[in-house]
Amino acid sequence: MQCSLIDRIYSGVVGTITSFGMLLLLAPTLVVVIISFTGGITLKFPPPSWSLRWYVELLQSQEIIEPALTSLKVAAAATILSAVLGGAAALGLARSRLKTARALDALFMSPMVLPAMAFGLSLLLVFNLLGIRLSAATLVLGHTIICVPFVIRMVGASVQQLNPVLITCSHSLGASRWYTFRRITLPLIRRGVIASCFVAFLTSFDNVPVSLFLADARTEVLPIKLWAILEGSLDVRVAAVSGVVVLVTLAGLVCAEIFGGVSRQIGSR
Amino acid sequence: MTPASTTASRQLLPVIPLAALFFAAFVLPLAALVAISLFRTPQFAELSLAQYLRFLSDPFSIKVLSDTLLLGAEVALAALVLAYPLALVYVASGQFMRTLITFLIMLPLLTSTVVRTFAWIVILGRDGIINSAMLSLGLWQAPARLLYTWEGMVLALTQIQLPLMALPVINSLLRLDGNLTRAAEGLGASRARTFVTVILPLTLPGAIAGWLLVFAAAATAFITQTLVGGGRIILMPSYIYQQAVGVQDWPFAAALSLVFTLAVTGIVFAIGALSRRYVRGIDAV
Repeated sequence: MQCSLIDRIYSGVVGTITSFGMLLLLAPTLVVVIISFTGGITLKFPPPSWSLRWYVELLQSQEIIEPALTSLKVAAAATILSAVLGGAAALGLARSRLKTARALDALFMSPMVLPAMAFGLSLLLVFNLLGIRLSAATLVLGHTIICVPFVIRMVGASVQQLNPVLITCSHSLGASRWYTFRRITLPLIRRGVIASCFVAFLTSFDNVPVSLFLADARTEVLPIKLWAILEGSLDVRVAAVSGVVVLVTLAGLVCAEIFGGVSRQIGSR
Repeated sequence: MTPASTTASRQLLPVIPLAALFFAAFVLPLAALVAISLFRTPQFAELSLAQYLRFLSDPFSIKVLSDTLLLGAEVALAALVLAYPLALVYVASGQFMRTLITFLIMLPLLTSTVVRTFAWIVILGRDGIINSAMLSLGLWQAPARLLYTWEGMVLALTQIQLPLMALPVINSLLRLDGNLTRAAEGLGASRARTFVTVILPLTLPGAIAGWLLVFAAAATAFITQTLVGGGRIILMPSYIYQQAVGVQDWPFAAALSLVFTLAVTGIVFAIGALSRRYVRGIDAV
């Protein structure tokens, strides 16, 4: 009898914490979307009235739209660079049993372990010492390094599942290496490539530690701009930006889920 | 070279461009960071360990580092307490609940850090949700200060980093052999006892992996630390930023970032190694 009492307490505790955890995971995103439709001029919750005024205001705020565009461009460039270079490297590394290959794999994964601020600072110092001016290009370079580990892991996992006999068959039937890559390898690792591009894009778009040091007035990116705004005042326009970011991310997630099965890829990481 | 080793090396050809990029834009900068930290003055005069001695002999700097590591540990512990029940429910549920929990975990993981932090400013602010609720329920007489406090920062970071904990814990619970828990319950153990004596020890490596991820992420979370913690709580990321960009004392900033990197990766590596030894211990039984 005592056992069932303990069981009931146990289930109660597990259930309560789980409900609290699920609420905690959901609430902030909901709160951001709700507050972005406030008609008031403060972040008072619940909003005193409803309106789209902050979205209208946002459309007229060139100083926020410009960093957002910069962020999109930098993220696109970093995604393409890390997908092409990282994808090629993942193909080369996946099957190799050489010691060199394992050492390189560890090197390519290390940006994930290292606090990114140290890396951002080190890039700033090197660019300064070499007299290289900060630009969108230097920003893309830094972001590419940060994105590579995701590409190496996700594309690498897809390559591991690829049956090597298919490649050998293609070669022995007279197909060139490029033709084999285009018609056999690429279609089979497509899901991993799409999922890793999605994660790489988000990683770059959201990056702070590297941008903090490498973005200057001309290449200001969205997260740094929002941070600067929030440090100064609690501006409601940030809520409207957040609303847009949440909706676009959700749309992107749905697309990535359909084409790349991204949740499985991230879940198994 | 034998033909076999030539083919093996040829396989590595597509790796060369990325290796070159990593050498130029990752290895070289980090080497420069180490070199710069060894100069005594910001004008790069005289090589010495002065910056590191300055750090070690300065109680303020030591406090900043220990506070930062403590924050990471507290947040990771809080996330662990939330993640286990969530994972237990996930494993025990049907398809619908599993999809729902996966979605809830992915949602904050994919939402921008600044957006997530901003949400906590709205929740914890003077006119925020918690204050409004407590005042209208009559539980509090005046709005409490929640934003710009240590507790507020721990709460916000716990939510923001919870997905990093939930995923590895769920994965290790899914890999757990269901026969073991059924055997324990069949032998008369309560569910609580099954959890403590069977589930917890066998999924501990997953929990440790999650703990380390959250620890590192929370300790280095510049945005959340500065916006929710506020200007009065100084932690390593903002200290490094201030020394590098504000004061422009590059040698000290370099030394700070290296000490911080060593502290975080050292803890992650040491606990990770203990965890692997523990796994070998389980397998041996």
